[in-house]
Amino acid sequence: MNSSNAPDIRFAQVEKRFTTDERTVLAVDRTDLLVRGGEFLVLLGPSGCGKTTMLRMIAGLIRPSAGKIHIGSNDLWLGEQRNTAVTGELGVVFQDANLFPWFSIEKNVSLPLKLRGVSKSERLAKARQLCELVGIGGFETAWPRQLSGGMRQRAAIARALSYDPRILLMDEPFGALDAITRDQLNLELQRIWLRQQCTVIFVTHSIPEAVFLGDRVLLLSPRPGRIDTVVEVPFPRPRPTSIQALAEFQSIVQRLRDRLEEIT
Amino acid sequence: MSLKFDRTRLITPALLVAFILIWHFYVTLSGISRFIIPPPLEVWDALIDLLTTPSTLRHTWATIYETLLGFVIATIVGVALGTALGKTPWLERVVNPFIVATQVVPKVALVPLFILWFGFGPESKIVVAAVLAFFPILTNTVLGIKSVDSGHRDVMTVLNAKKWQNFVSLELPSSLPAVLAGMEVGIVLSIIGAVVGEYLGGATGLGYLLVASMNNYKVGMLFAVIILLTVIGFVLYLLIGVLRRLVIPWHESAQIKARAAMV
Repeated sequence: MNSSNAPDIRFAQVEKRFTTDERTVLAVDRTDLLVRGGEFLVLLGPSGCGKTTMLRMIAGLIRPSAGKIHIGSNDLWLGEQRNTAVTGELGVVFQDANLFPWFSIEKNVSLPLKLRGVSKSERLAKARQLCELVGIGGFETAWPRQLSGGMRQRAAIARALSYDPRILLMDEPFGALDAITRDQLNLELQRIWLRQQCTVIFVTHSIPEAVFLGDRVLLLSPRPGRIDTVVEVPFPRPRPTSIQALAEFQSIVQRLRDRLEEIT
Repeated sequence: MSLKFDRTRLITPALLVAFILIWHFYVTLSGISRFIIPPPLEVWDALIDLLTTPSTLRHTWATIYETLLGFVIATIVGVALGTALGKTPWLERVVNPFIVATQVVPKVALVPLFILWFGFGPESKIVVAAVLAFFPILTNTVLGIKSVDSGHRDVMTVLNAKKWQNFVSLELPSSLPAVLAGMEVGIVLSIIGAVVGEYLGGATGLGYLLVASMNNYKVGMLFAVIILLTVIGFVLYLLIGVLRRLVIPWHESAQIKARAAMV
C-alpha cells in the first residue's frame, strides 16, 4: 500500500433508493465501508449490483437516501448541497471519456485548472506534462474525435489528475476498450497510481482486472446491492502482467467467480 | 490533388448544359408563347441587360442589406431568447403556446401589417426578413441548450463548476451546431422575407424588380432576376458554411459542409 496522505472514505449506514412512479428500487442496502487513504479498492459485481451507484454517491453526483458519507473528517453532503471543500479532492473517470469535442486535447485536460482560475500558461504546461504521463504526448492540439477510444480514455485520466486529487474514482473506465488496450492501460494505471499516491476506487465487472489492480476487492451482490465478500490481494507492487499466470492469482479469481455464481 | 481526373465531376456541368438545350428545343419546337417561357438566349440577353443596368446594383444591394440585417437581428434575438428559454424550463412552458401560435401563423400574411407599421422603406422588409428567420434559430437554440450530454454535465458537476462556467464551457459550445443549423435555414428564409416584403411595398430591391418585370411583360427579365436571386442565395448559404468552419471547426458537419460547398 502507498504511504499516502489521502483521506479515508467512510460509509455509515449508507442507503440509496430510486423511486419511480410505479415502485421503489433499493439500489444500495445499508452499507458500512472504510476505504483507507492511499488504497486501491475495486468494486466488483454483476450489472445492477449498485457498484456504479456507490461510486456516484462518493463522487457527489447522487445523494444517499439515508446514512452519511465522510471524506476525511468532513461530511460529503451539507444538507442538499455538495460540500465543495471535499469534492475538490475528487477526480472522476467515467466509462465514456466525456471529453468536450469543442476543446482540443490540451484544453480538455486542463479544463479543471481553468475552472479553478489557474493562468493559461501554467495550465497548458501542466497539460503537456500530463499528456506525456498518460502516453498521449504529441496529441495536445488534436480534436478528441481524432483520437482512438483508448487515447480518449487516457486523456480523461489526465484531466482527472490535472488538479492532483487525493481520491480518484473510476467507473469501468476501460469497459468499452479492447482486451489488448485494456491490459496496457491497467498496467499504466498502476504506474500512475504508485506515482500519484492517491486513493483509487475502481468499478469493474471483470474479475481478472479487479484482482490485478486491487489491494482489496469488494464483491457486491445484486438486488439489493450490498457488500458480499472482501478479498485482500497480496501481490507486491508494481505487479507485472505475468502475475496473472500465477496459481495464487488464478485461485483468487476462481474463488470470486464461484462466489459470483452463487449470488446471481 | 490526384493526377487522375475524376470523370464524375463532369456530370454536374453536363446536366446543366443538357437542361438548357432541352429548354431551348422545347421552346422553339413546341411554339409556346415567349411570354410564358422565353428561350434561354432571350434570358441570357436579359441577364446581360440586367447586369449592365446601373440601377441593378442599387436594387441588389437593397435586397442583400435587408436580408442580412434582418438575419442578424433574428440571430441575436433568437439565440438570446432561445438560451433563456432553454435554461428556464418553467419560462419555456409558459411561453411555448405563444411561440407555437406565432409559428403557425403564415408569417407572409403579416407583411401588409408590417408595411402599415414600418412604412414602404427598407425597415418593413428588414422586419419581415427577421421574423421569418427568427423561428428556426430560436427553436434550434432551445433544442441545442437543452440537449447537453448528461455525461458532460457530470464532468462539470464533479469539477464544482459554477453556473456561468457551465454556460461558457459547456452549454454554449454544445449548442452551437444546432444554432448554426438553425441559421442555415434562417438565412434562406431571410431572403424570402426581404423579397416578399419588396413585392408589396416600395420601389427598390430585386423583389420590386420581379413585380415590375411581370407587369411590363418582360418575362426574360423576370427569369434574369430569379437567376440573380439564386446566385445571391447561394453566396449567402456558402457564407454560413464558412461561418460553420470558423465557429465549430471541431464538429463533423464543418468538414462535410466544407466539402459539399466545394463540389
